[in-house]
Amino acid sequence: MILSLALVALVAVPLLAALLAVVVPRRGALIALLGVAGIATALVVLVPALVRQGVLSLSIGGWNAPLGITLRLDGLGLAFLSMVATVMAAVLVSARPQFAARAGSGETRSQWAFWPLALLLWSALNVAFLSRDLFNLYVALELLTVAAVALVAIEGKAGSLAAGLRYMMFALAGSLAYLLGVALLYAGHGTLDLTLLAAQGIGSGRSGGTAAADLIAAGLITAGLAVKTALFPFHAWLPPAHSGAPAPASAMLSALVPKASFLILIRLWFEALPELASPVLLTLLGALGAAAVLFGSVLALRQSRLKLIVAYSTVAQIGYLFLVFPLAGGDSFAQPWAAGAWTGAVFQALSHGLAKAAMFLCAGVWIIAVGHDRLDGMRGLATATPMTAFAFALAAVSLVGLPPSGGFTAKYLMLTSAFASGQVVWGAVLVVGGLLSAAYLYRPLALAFAKADTPTFAPVSRRLQLVPLLLALAAITLGLASQTPFSLIQIGRPASAVEGLE
Amino acid sequence: MITSATIFGLCGAALIGLGLYGFVTQVHLLRRLLAFNVIGSGIFLLFGATAARTPTGATDPVPQALIITGIVVALAATALGVGLVLAYVRISGKACLPEDADTIDGGPHPSSHEDPPE
Amino acid sequence: MNAALPVLLLLTSLVAATATFFLPQESHRLRNLLNLGGAVLKLGLIAFMLIQVVQGTIYETRLEFAPGLYLLLRVDALSLLFVSLSAFLWLLTTIYAIAYLGNKPDLSRFFGFFSLCVAATTGIALSGTLISFFIFFELLTLSTWPLVVHKQDAKSIAAGRSYLTYALPASALLLIAIVWLESTVGPVEFAMPADLRQLDDTSLRIIFALFIAGLGAKAALVPLHGWLPAAMAAPAPVSALLHAVAVVKAGAFGVMRIVLDVFGLDLMAELGLALPLALLASVTILWGSARALQQTEIKKRLAFSTVSQVSYIVLGIALASPFAVIGGLAHLVHQGLMKITLFFCAGIFDERAGITRVDQLDGIGARMPWASVCFSLGAIGMVGLPPTAGFITKIYLGIGAVQAGAPWVIAVLAASTLLNAAYFLPLVYRIWFLEPGAAITAGDAPTERPLGLIAPAVITAFASVAVGLLAAATFSPLGWATLIAEREYLR
Repeated sequence: MILSLALVALVAVPLLAALLAVVVPRRGALIALLGVAGIATALVVLVPALVRQGVLSLSIGGWNAPLGITLRLDGLGLAFLSMVATVMAAVLVSARPQFAARAGSGETRSQWAFWPLALLLWSALNVAFLSRDLFNLYVALELLTVAAVALVAIEGKAGSLAAGLRYMMFALAGSLAYLLGVALLYAGHGTLDLTLLAAQGIGSGRSGGTAAADLIAAGLITAGLAVKTALFPFHAWLPPAHSGAPAPASAMLSALVPKASFLILIRLWFEALPELASPVLLTLLGALGAAAVLFGSVLALRQSRLKLIVAYSTVAQIGYLFLVFPLAGGDSFAQPWAAGAWTGAVFQALSHGLAKAAMFLCAGVWIIAVGHDRLDGMRGLATATPMTAFAFALAAVSLVGLPPSGGFTAKYLMLTSAFASGQVVWGAVLVVGGLLSAAYLYRPLALAFAKADTPTFAPVSRRLQLVPLLLALAAITLGLASQTPFSLIQIGRPASAVEGLE
Repeated sequence: MITSATIFGLCGAALIGLGLYGFVTQVHLLRRLLAFNVIGSGIFLLFGATAARTPTGATDPVPQALIITGIVVALAATALGVGLVLAYVRISGKACLPEDADTIDGGPHPSSHEDPPE
Repeated sequence: MNAALPVLLLLTSLVAATATFFLPQESHRLRNLLNLGGAVLKLGLIAFMLIQVVQGTIYETRLEFAPGLYLLLRVDALSLLFVSLSAFLWLLTTIYAIAYLGNKPDLSRFFGFFSLCVAATTGIALSGTLISFFIFFELLTLSTWPLVVHKQDAKSIAAGRSYLTYALPASALLLIAIVWLESTVGPVEFAMPADLRQLDDTSLRIIFALFIAGLGAKAALVPLHGWLPAAMAAPAPVSALLHAVAVVKAGAFGVMRIVLDVFGLDLMAELGLALPLALLASVTILWGSARALQQTEIKKRLAFSTVSQVSYIVLGIALASPFAVIGGLAHLVHQGLMKITLFFCAGIFDERAGITRVDQLDGIGARMPWASVCFSLGAIGMVGLPPTAGFITKIYLGIGAVQAGAPWVIAVLAASTLLNAAYFLPLVYRIWFLEPGAAITAGDAPTERPLGLIAPAVITAFASVAVGLLAAATFSPLGWATLIAEREYLR
């Protein structure tokens, strides 16, 4: 009973908090903190239960799939839920100075709108991590998109409105592709539940429907999700959208939002349609990922604004995630673990979330200190805000994939799979990508470290500086103590994560 | 004989094609939103046609439930889109994205990564 | 208890580092206490373990990261050789740095990263697996960067950039080598040599080359040495750290581990890798010496001298004969003692008399007698005159070369010795036998005080002579190297 309640709470608490924040003005920050507390409690209840009992599921109202809505918590979902909860807690705490209504003055529109939107975003993410039904996931994605677009445009300036609209156009196109794929899949198989689809063995010749129709459907869904994940070449919307939003919103957009569509993508292929994948398709996805790594990194090198660098870095880091498709199953018998590449990709998603949020929050601190985020204004910031510079450096360590960090664990696992399965090209992409990210992250760091001639920075509160440091430390800890998350992620792991697709 | 389901399916496909054409060729943001809705309607029609898939002739109720949900979701997205377009037009005086501006008035191509003012 | 000791050894530096970061600039006493206390504690632990390890004890600690990805800390004779060197020099360099930096800004940052560097070096020395080694190796790279750019001026930032430009691609190569190897043979532990024969010869050769390239950038093997002279922009204690305590040594130590513990001397010979490695080391020795001769700045000359001297270690390992291996192992310590003496003194010359160029050294012997004596002892040792430490190394390497059937190495050693003499002895001559130049006579007599500045140099200078004179003792570097070689590698 308590477990069911906790599962529902993961979705309901942020949703109710969002509604509450709409109707109760000037109390958004407080309501958001209550939401954090609620989610944290639910997670604390669920983790031991998951470890003890394995995968937990709940059919809402007693209706089973395909008619009812099922929430299912496995290790993968829990890992993402916890990462999102950590990042959201940090973001909501650091958003207070900017978006909490001040006593004595009226509440601006963005101050009012931020809290419900952030909470709505959170709720949509949690639904995406817990749902097993492709249509349910569609609703979650749409909710996510609406909240994210609104957050991009929250300041109401021409630039951010344009970025939001561009994002919306891409996202809507992605949604339509996804929806069309879902309709075709339903037409062929009469169900949209991931578990039931898997039971039909689609692609193995045992199932009904033609292989071509299945491939088109899966391709449309994949394309739609790739657009929403900002996979190269559908990434054009991401940098202006993520860099145009206020820093706490950027942190959520860059660190969390692409993860929902990515998670659905790996659930779709690894859990529902493992036998449909063909080598060509896997290579294509891997190649797009590799192109994203290289292209995003090179573009990041050429930016002159910090937030754009960090945003292009997201384009590159998302590329790594897609290497899981060709690499999965490349385990060596010499290694004492299984599903190396699959687990590595999950680690990459988790550590990128933590480190990227830390980075955007650092950028937020520096924008307060300097007044803008152009690189030339960054001289002397390391002396003025040492904690933030340290946080940025730690986050960079994780993004580059240097040990010990979550990023390193991810890179090591994926690299080992690449070599064990003889796919050295993908390994080279991982290594070169790491070096390129070191190059583009080095520029702001070295500038921050340089001496300033006339340093005049606005003071930034210590609490605002501490939050990104904690997040960056979490990204490092993910590597130092990767044993626990590693075994958690394996709960409910699909067989194809070990055997690979094809 | 062509069943009614096939006709619905074909109509849906035609709508999707029309909408896609509009979505790609039009730069006016409101037209794009409309095109999005046309595609959406096409997909819903197609989805509805699949409800007739059971051999007994009974209608599968699931797609209908999904379509209704989908329409609500599309409505919400469209509402947000229209709101954003209106706000954008009010501020910039244009109804198309900066990178598409030159296709209408032939003006200089502004950077697609234009800095929003801090 | 035995499992706790390696962790304690690591924590002495790590705790000092972490705590130092949070200290305000003014709390000099607490900061000095933390860093010196940590160093003394560490030396105590090492002394205890030295005695235990002679009797055959092995300390081991295992920390799991993920299945198969674990940190293994293992104290054996070879790791103790490196750890005792770095701990001893850490203590002295800390004393020196306290006096050298005085009340300059950002002291907490400096000492924090300084201790972190030493912690990383300790980790490198104690690493029992390739992955543990790699993790600490990267930690060392990262914690050294803030020290190199410590002055925060354009020159330092450029030096830091150059450092990372070499270090990060090199570590990428190292990672590829490790992953390539481990994806076939599983996690590699140094104490339990894996059966590398599961890989074909060509792959093994490429992997070896990747290892050497990855480690060679730190060990400043030609042509990967360019960052080292550039890094001279950093304050003198940092140079000491780079050249003697941590960075360059970590690279050389890594080569030892790879050759001795991962590949093994036999496999290296079978694959025909010994000769190319010996040639690479020889080229580095001669090239470094030749370039040192061209330098007019004292610190640059010393830097190129390091390039040359560290390769003696690699040369000894590559020759793979008993005497050569022992000579190479011992030179790890010998070079550290001599080179740190030279850097301490160069720092004193610069800080107290403004001397940075060779021609400014004229007649400084009379003004700064202690520093000059120490500098001369270090220089003589580097040339390899008896009875200094450098002499012992060269003799062992020479005999080893004959044992290994590679007499051409003797020619390399002779040429190098001549070059060493050519770039070091003129300095000694200038210090003692030329009339003081205008730069020195003009101002007040330069002073070698405070004691913290000169005492470390005196101690290391005499230590470098002592290890030569007392080379036959068990706990001398040579004695210890013999113990390592006999116990582990030359059975």
